[in-house]
Amino acid sequence: MSKQPVAVVGVGQTKHVAARQDVSIAGLVREAAVRALADAALDWADIDAVVIGKAPDFFEGVMMPELYLAEALGAVGKPMLRVHTAGSVGGSTALVAANLVAARVHGTVLTVAFEKQSESNAMWGLSLPIPFQQPLTAGAGGFFAPHVRAYMRRTGAPDTVGSLVAFKDRRNALKNPYAHLHEHDLTLERVQSSPMLWDPIRYSETCPSSDGACALVLTGERGAARAPRPPAWVHGGAMRSEPTIFAGKDYVSPQAGRDCAADVYRQAGVTDPRRQLDAVEMYVPFSWYEPMWLENLGFADQGEGWKLVEAGVTEMDGDLPVNPSGGVLSSNPIGASGMIRFAEAALQVRGLAGEHQIDGARRALGHAYGGGAQFFSMWLVGSDRPDR
Amino acid sequence: MTTAAELLAGIPELAGAEPVTRVTIPARLEYTYSPGSAQARFLTALPEKRLLAERCPQCTRVYVPPRGACPTCGIATPEQVELPHTGTVTTFCIVNIAAKGLDVEVPYCYAYVLLDGAHVGLHARIGETPYADVRIGQRVEAVWDDRRLGPSLASISHFRPTGEPDADPESYRRWM
Ligand SMILES: [Zn+2]
Repeated sequence: MSKQPVAVVGVGQTKHVAARQDVSIAGLVREAAVRALADAALDWADIDAVVIGKAPDFFEGVMMPELYLAEALGAVGKPMLRVHTAGSVGGSTALVAANLVAARVHGTVLTVAFEKQSESNAMWGLSLPIPFQQPLTAGAGGFFAPHVRAYMRRTGAPDTVGSLVAFKDRRNALKNPYAHLHEHDLTLERVQSSPMLWDPIRYSETCPSSDGACALVLTGERGAARAPRPPAWVHGGAMRSEPTIFAGKDYVSPQAGRDCAADVYRQAGVTDPRRQLDAVEMYVPFSWYEPMWLENLGFADQGEGWKLVEAGVTEMDGDLPVNPSGGVLSSNPIGASGMIRFAEAALQVRGLAGEHQIDGARRALGHAYGGGAQFFSMWLVGSDRPDR
Repeated sequence: MTTAAELLAGIPELAGAEPVTRVTIPARLEYTYSPGSAQARFLTALPEKRLLAERCPQCTRVYVPPRGACPTCGIATPEQVELPHTGTVTTFCIVNIAAKGLDVEVPYCYAYVLLDGAHVGLHARIGETPYADVRIGQRVEAVWDDRRLGPSLASISHFRPTGEPDADPESYRRWM
């Protein structure tokens, strides 16, 4: 039996905030799931399986939270599966769910990802001393800052490029009611004068710490035909991994990321991503990663990504808008952040992105990465049903 | 949205009770680490101020600290290589905020030091120089901490500039 095309018919998010004091983790994920079901005009009984993802259990200190979330997600009597691939988990969770539908294992799958950073200490969770290394890594920022410096050195990019990305994403977030940061008074000067946390990364070039969840309802052709609103069709999806440390690893442009993108474009029949894609939601937790991923994902030649940023190409009105939702720089419920990228790409091609809609978007990429830039997951969604 | 107080209001026995919305439960982590033979050799050589690496018989890359196997070739790396205490800064950042539980004073310079003869960078602190002077390509040497010599990388206090001319970028370009 051949694979069937997969459609996104429901998208749900919580309003991402620093601390959701009014709900538990179960309440948070259920809120996103209820919204995704409402978008799809489906009920819990229509769901055949649940696939859930989050970042390391160490963050909230709740071991295997999926055990206690089964009933909140309507999974009683149904298969439930937990996915983990560090920061890329939201993306890989959606891909596992999509593959279950494509393979005709389940008809309609609910997939959910979350993080409740207010109940967590991610920086501590990511800075655990290990005996064979000097205890020097201060959270994700401390880990990634040297690689940002290597990018700046390698390409000769001006110091200001990171601030341009941060200012753009924070401005875009003002158009997204679900975004965590709504900094109406932010100016480019303020971004550029914010404190250096991990030199060369400044405070305003860093993602916030958020509570939030995201949910998607995925189904096949028959489900898509019944959906009340336009679906987003999955044209390609892939994951790749590589070791955290190996001789010759390119931290600035990891091979696994390049291979993952190439696989997705091949599946979707995309030969010139810069021209053929209308919007990109990429995982940019520190602003400099936008030019870095522009190169890694084939939107720019090596060393040229920062020039697209400077030329305004990735602005909302540029010819390759990146993170019209405001991106990870404006909302970062870690485990959900990858799924939010996938969801926002789907909203764009469904024409349902509201104020941050890119007019006429027909093809969009959702991208996530995690670990020491070692796990990658991406999908390419379109408004047309794939013809293969 | 129903608040906790509204929910409690429906239960007479709980009239006037303060709603519990959050409790903090401290988490602590202690574990016993079994380094295996490759890392055990590396760790036990540190008190003697020796840096033991391993070379992969297939791709000839030299790993420090050694892991006993090559992550690229997936084979055992039995050949021991002793490395000098000098190397090149391949990249770095200046950390200005303290991570909870990390015993380092901020700001500090966190760098990847490619020891001469190695093909992966060692995580290290750079000291004895103004941070504004630290640069990619800078030549540095290990400074051992005689009070903390033991089977841990804390045996090396930090790396400091040697004063040599910067390394040729071609010598480290592929290993940064
Ligand atoms: Zn090898």
